[in-house]
Amino acid sequence: MASAEITQLRRQAAYIKKSLFEQGYLDGQFLQLEELQDDTNPNFVEEVVTLFFKDSAKFIANIEAAVEKTPLDFKKLDAYMHKFKGSSSSIGALRVKNECTLFREYCQQGNGEGCLKTFQQIKKEHATLRKKLETYFQLLRQAGPYETATSSH
Amino acid sequence: MVENAGVFPSPRTTESFPAGLRVLVVDDDLTWLKILEKMLKKCSYEVTTCCLAIDALNLLRERKNRFDIVISDVNMPDMDGFKLLEHVGLEMDLPVIMMSVDGETSRVMKGVQHGACDYLLKPVRMKELRNIWQHVFRKKIHVVKDIENQDLGSNEGAQMMKNGLDEFDDELLLNGSDPNCAKKRKDMGNEEYGDQDFNNPGSVKKARVAWTVDLHQKFVDAVNQIGFDKVGPKKILDLMNVPWLTRENVASHLQKYRLYLSRLQKQGESNSSLCGKQLDLSSKDTPGKFGVQCSTIAQQHNSANSFGYSGNKSFVQDAVPEINEDHLKSMVSFVPVTEAKRTLTCDVPVAQQQQSWNGEVSASGNGELSVMQLMRHPKRDHEHYLPLEEGYPRLPLPTQQHHIQIECVRSPPSANARSYITDRDKTGPSEVKPLCSDYKSNHVRNVSPVACAIDSFSLPLEHDIVKPQGFKQLPIMSAFLSTQHHDLDRNCINSRNCPQNLTLKNSPFGASSSENLRRCSFQGFGCLEDVELNNLAFFDCADSTASVAELQSYLYDELGSSCDYQCESMEYPIIGEGLFIA
Repeated sequence: MASAEITQLRRQAAYIKKSLFEQGYLDGQFLQLEELQDDTNPNFVEEVVTLFFKDSAKFIANIEAAVEKTPLDFKKLDAYMHKFKGSSSSIGALRVKNECTLFREYCQQGNGEGCLKTFQQIKKEHATLRKKLETYFQLLRQAGPYETATSSH
Repeated sequence: MVENAGVFPSPRTTESFPAGLRVLVVDDDLTWLKILEKMLKKCSYEVTTCCLAIDALNLLRERKNRFDIVISDVNMPDMDGFKLLEHVGLEMDLPVIMMSVDGETSRVMKGVQHGACDYLLKPVRMKELRNIWQHVFRKKIHVVKDIENQDLGSNEGAQMMKNGLDEFDDELLLNGSDPNCAKKRKDMGNEEYGDQDFNNPGSVKKARVAWTVDLHQKFVDAVNQIGFDKVGPKKILDLMNVPWLTRENVASHLQKYRLYLSRLQKQGESNSSLCGKQLDLSSKDTPGKFGVQCSTIAQQHNSANSFGYSGNKSFVQDAVPEINEDHLKSMVSFVPVTEAKRTLTCDVPVAQQQQSWNGEVSASGNGELSVMQLMRHPKRDHEHYLPLEEGYPRLPLPTQQHHIQIECVRSPPSANARSYITDRDKTGPSEVKPLCSDYKSNHVRNVSPVACAIDSFSLPLEHDIVKPQGFKQLPIMSAFLSTQHHDLDRNCINSRNCPQNLTLKNSPFGASSSENLRRCSFQGFGCLEDVELNNLAFFDCADSTASVAELQSYLYDELGSSCDYQCESMEYPIIGEGLFIA
């Protein structure tokens, strides 16, 4: 692959990352993960993110099932959200994490409508984040490891 | 740096300290587990990960000196992190760091109360992890101090610590590092040792004792002898007759012990339908009464030492032998409620000993729960531990002492329970699945990949294994079978790929309970052989008749597990009506 293309791919990836930070989808924890990545684990960040989305899909499904029950079991929902919040903090999914906090507040107040609304929001943020990160990693993979890029110069 | 997870403690040289620090990380969130592992490895520590508290405890008990420090999340499905903390503090006396995404002061305070040496907030940063070695060092220093202050005599524990400390001594004392440097996180350890100069251990004021199994046993014996109500550090000290132990040592240990017991008691009180001091086996008609023989049996054996201390091979001992057969028979009961007496016969291959399990699993009347408590037996030379004597269903265990604890909790049992079928394990260790009928909140945890052919029965939630002994004053059942209130939405049945199967564990600590008892019933579990329960989550369906039951039996594997303690994946099946689908 021509180095120009590679550069382009990387630039696109960088752009996505930057916008994710600027829009508050990601926070410093994500950078921490990047710092942990090294030669022994060259795909560490992607692996972690994949793991997160795998778990989060389940969390969301569980909560989905739980919110359909009436009356709402706030305690249970709160517990689910607490776990989800912890999980989202692992990759620095800031927006999702904040919505989780809000959701839990509604739970504590017994505000069912607030919960439902917030949950919709969580799903939305979560889906957006996932899509963007998928694209991000795809671009990086296409661009190849840094060594390749530099060696082609 | 050793890459593998601390299977063999690697010798640490003074030059590289704290590299090679052996850390056990416990967190049910796999993403975090992966991240923490990576972070700790970057600090050159030796990391072992666990996603279940039970596994962690088993690992810790297996080889007491295998780890230097434990880091655990506060919220875990199978056991409250604080409870784990207590266990570790009482049994192993290792420093424990708690973690949570929740930094509320009350939670943090709870951590301190339960003995955490630190409380980290998620997201955890690398720099916070780098400094955890100070907690290890601190503990060691105090043990050494204690050694120096006392007439050592035969305190092996102290000796070990001292030897361990020698490695660090020169390096640490000379390099002037200040373990107490300010950190963002809440550091609890500092208050205690605030005015000590780490460069000069001579100024250490508080001496720490390594509470080995034997020592703790003596302690418990003394407490029981005096009577829990009248107990006091001086009296205990006198009775224990350990020359180098001080009143302060006993006092602080007593405090921990009290905390633990009071928690059990609270659970006991809140479960009114739970057995109190009397576990009445025969009262079949009362719902929620689980014929826990344990208490009666336990009470019979005052001298039983049943503390799940792993270090010492002297696990639970004598409790069982005296139990008479009938008693035992009724004890073992995994019995389906609706069925009449039925004999369960299985041959369970035992690793070193082939034994067949002929147990009379009888349904006690109307689906009473029978709590089965397999008491351990006197240890044999090989590691098998057959908990029951004749007439008992024997669980061939690859390890020493085990208890299968099944806790049954109150509430009106649902109609049908099924018996577990013991699976024959191809490799040797056997798996036993106790069936509980009408277990309210009990779990029997299957460590082995044996599934239970269970029909629907209710299972109470979580429960911890408690050693009968030493809790004379407490309703043993509550310790044993107390309803574990778990505010859990999911309970994991953990069946690991590991070959260790039934490991009965003796743990002196009772179940911790949370407020709600969940009733679960197990449904339609497939065949035994190939179901691998791997962290299955159960949903709480308190109102539904078909709820998922979570059985948990805590098994302790003395042999050492070759299994992979790390959970591969967490499944959270959605259970519509609470049906657990394997």
